[in-house]
Amino acid sequence: MLEIKDLRTKVGDREVLRGLNLAVRPGEVHAIMGPNGSGKSTLAYTLAGRPGYEVSGGSVAYRGKDLLGLAPEERAQAGVFLGFQYPVEIPGVNNVYLLKAALNAARKHRGLPEVDAFEFLTLVRDKMKLMQMDESFLSRGVNEGFSGGEKKRNEILQMLVLEPTLALLDETDSGLDIDALKIVAHGVNTLRSAERAIVLVTHYQRLLDYIKPDHVHVLARGQIIKSGAPELALELEERGYDWLLGEAA
Amino acid sequence: MSENAQLQELVGRGYQHGFVTDIESESLPPGLDEDTVRKISAIKREPQFLTEWRLKAFRHWLTMSEPHWAQVKVQPIDYQALSYYSAPKAKTDGPKSLDEVDPKLLATYEKLGVPLHERARLAGVAVDAVFDSVSVATTFKDRLEKAGVIFCSFSEATQKHPALIEQYLGSVVPHTDNYYACLNSAVFSDGSFVYIPKGVRCPMELSTYFRINAAKTGQFERTLIIADEGSHVSYLEGCTAPMRDENQLHAAVVELIALDHAEIKYSTVQNWYPGDENGVGGIYNFVTKRGECRGRHSKISWTQVETGSAITWKYPSCVLRGDNSVGEFYSVALANHRQQADTGTKMIHIGANTRSTIVSKGISAGRGQNAYRGLVKVLPSAHGARNFTQCDSLLMGGECGAHTFPYVEVKNPTATIEHEASTSRISEDQLFYCLQRGIAEEDAVNMIVNGFCKSVFKELPMEFAVEAQNLLAVSLEGAVG
Repeated sequence: MLEIKDLRTKVGDREVLRGLNLAVRPGEVHAIMGPNGSGKSTLAYTLAGRPGYEVSGGSVAYRGKDLLGLAPEERAQAGVFLGFQYPVEIPGVNNVYLLKAALNAARKHRGLPEVDAFEFLTLVRDKMKLMQMDESFLSRGVNEGFSGGEKKRNEILQMLVLEPTLALLDETDSGLDIDALKIVAHGVNTLRSAERAIVLVTHYQRLLDYIKPDHVHVLARGQIIKSGAPELALELEERGYDWLLGEAA
Repeated sequence: MSENAQLQELVGRGYQHGFVTDIESESLPPGLDEDTVRKISAIKREPQFLTEWRLKAFRHWLTMSEPHWAQVKVQPIDYQALSYYSAPKAKTDGPKSLDEVDPKLLATYEKLGVPLHERARLAGVAVDAVFDSVSVATTFKDRLEKAGVIFCSFSEATQKHPALIEQYLGSVVPHTDNYYACLNSAVFSDGSFVYIPKGVRCPMELSTYFRINAAKTGQFERTLIIADEGSHVSYLEGCTAPMRDENQLHAAVVELIALDHAEIKYSTVQNWYPGDENGVGGIYNFVTKRGECRGRHSKISWTQVETGSAITWKYPSCVLRGDNSVGEFYSVALANHRQQADTGTKMIHIGANTRSTIVSKGISAGRGQNAYRGLVKVLPSAHGARNFTQCDSLLMGGECGAHTFPYVEVKNPTATIEHEASTSRISEDQLFYCLQRGIAEEDAVNMIVNGFCKSVFKELPMEFAVEAQNLLAVSLEGAVG
């Protein structure tokens, strides 16, 4: 599904990703861990096509096609979803309005007609229940005045409505208390299926207690320096990253 | 194509109302002297008091000079080169009913999306359409008459209701008020007149549609709305003009009077031709709008969406004379390309416990310059007066400007004045967030701008709120810096 080869990304003058390799197959959940500043968010932004993240080398194939040649909105329409670490506020724009526009953009891409208003509301209410969100979220501005936890839940709600093929979740667990973490993890788990893949970017093992990854990778200095089974996360929790950094150097 | 070039292209959408209607018109030759004023008055067969009032205004105008304090650059206007009266040629003196109106004129309004005809889609809105200088037709007359509401052209009102005109004309905006209002008082040719009797809630939205068609014509219309005790009216004006490469002058005066417990809601969607992207042509929109809450517990609310004109220079204001009266001003002003907008409001608190609210949203793009200029004045008599002002500017691109000039004069220590202001850009974060959700850039910008304007749009009558959103989308697509 996702084949990243020797990816290099520059942010300003600084090369952040320095030859990153990663392969993700359908149905898999990958966790990417690593110390601060190692390039985890840069990887997520590069895949989503954020302006300012300049690819200086390598390739990314998504479902067999070149991902890097697509505009950000085309990537999204093709099923790539980024759950933001810091979701932005858009005052005055209703959550439900944004969500509907997003869903219709994806449907249009697939040659489907616009979603029926009633069907849409039923769908959204259903997903909101899953995320234990209050009905009032719908009429509020996008992330306007939301707490950190509410913003993260809103990201997962959007993901559940849009049903992406590849979900990149950038530190979705940061700033969540244990109850909210469980809700968010439950939301992510319901999306798991044989056709989809999920890439979790996280600092902490605790998220992985609730979302079991198939593979764990350590990203440091712009490269994947170690990959392993889920147990690797536990080892990292215990020993930190220094022993790996020493190995890689 | 670079992102910037794309933005330029998106911003460069054309003006959609720029057609000219080929219609025979009767115009006065260019030039302005006492004789011109007398001629206009004679064409209109006006009562003596009105002719005198015009002449008084004209003589005063001769002693005045153009104001230059606004944050705008104006090409000099040759007042002698303008024609002060232009009317579509009619078979008789004027149309008596819709059937007598020139079909070409009706087609023009149809093109503009203002259906004059009673069967048309804006059912429920009574429309008075002003084409160049004269009022063409007023729909829904019968239903309004039943309610006792007078809604007609200004000319008709001078014939049928001279006493009301004599009592109220110039009582809010005196003929000496300012240069353009004074000129208007001398040469105004038509406009709308509304009187809502005591205790009547006007059964429908009233609407005037202004269009400048003839070349080298100034448009000077005059609107007078009187809401008698305990009455209520909602009024909307819309404006367009053809594309011409000379500047055209529009100097209107609007006077509102609300008596005890009366309420007037006045909404404007202004889309005069803004000139091309190099600033050639476009309307000079120099308008004086003022309402007086003359009675206790009365309320006047201005809502404006200003997307057109080369230069917009207007400050719809409220004189809060009656105790417990309320003034409101909600504004969205857009300046794109080389448009200049200097707009805002004045809230003059005279009565006790008077309240005013100002919400201003300025959007600047291209090389547009947008200034908010507002005055909140609390006189010694206004015990317990309160004002809340919120003034937000949104910038798109690096060559535009936003300016804020809030003036506050408080002469009563019990007053409460609050002012909030912000200037922001459409952030890359917001834009990327929308793009990442699969929403195209153009749609994303519209969404964000509409969100920015939401608190003003919600004050507009429903069908016009939709029109305003569409208008904004056409006037401004994709401009992000």
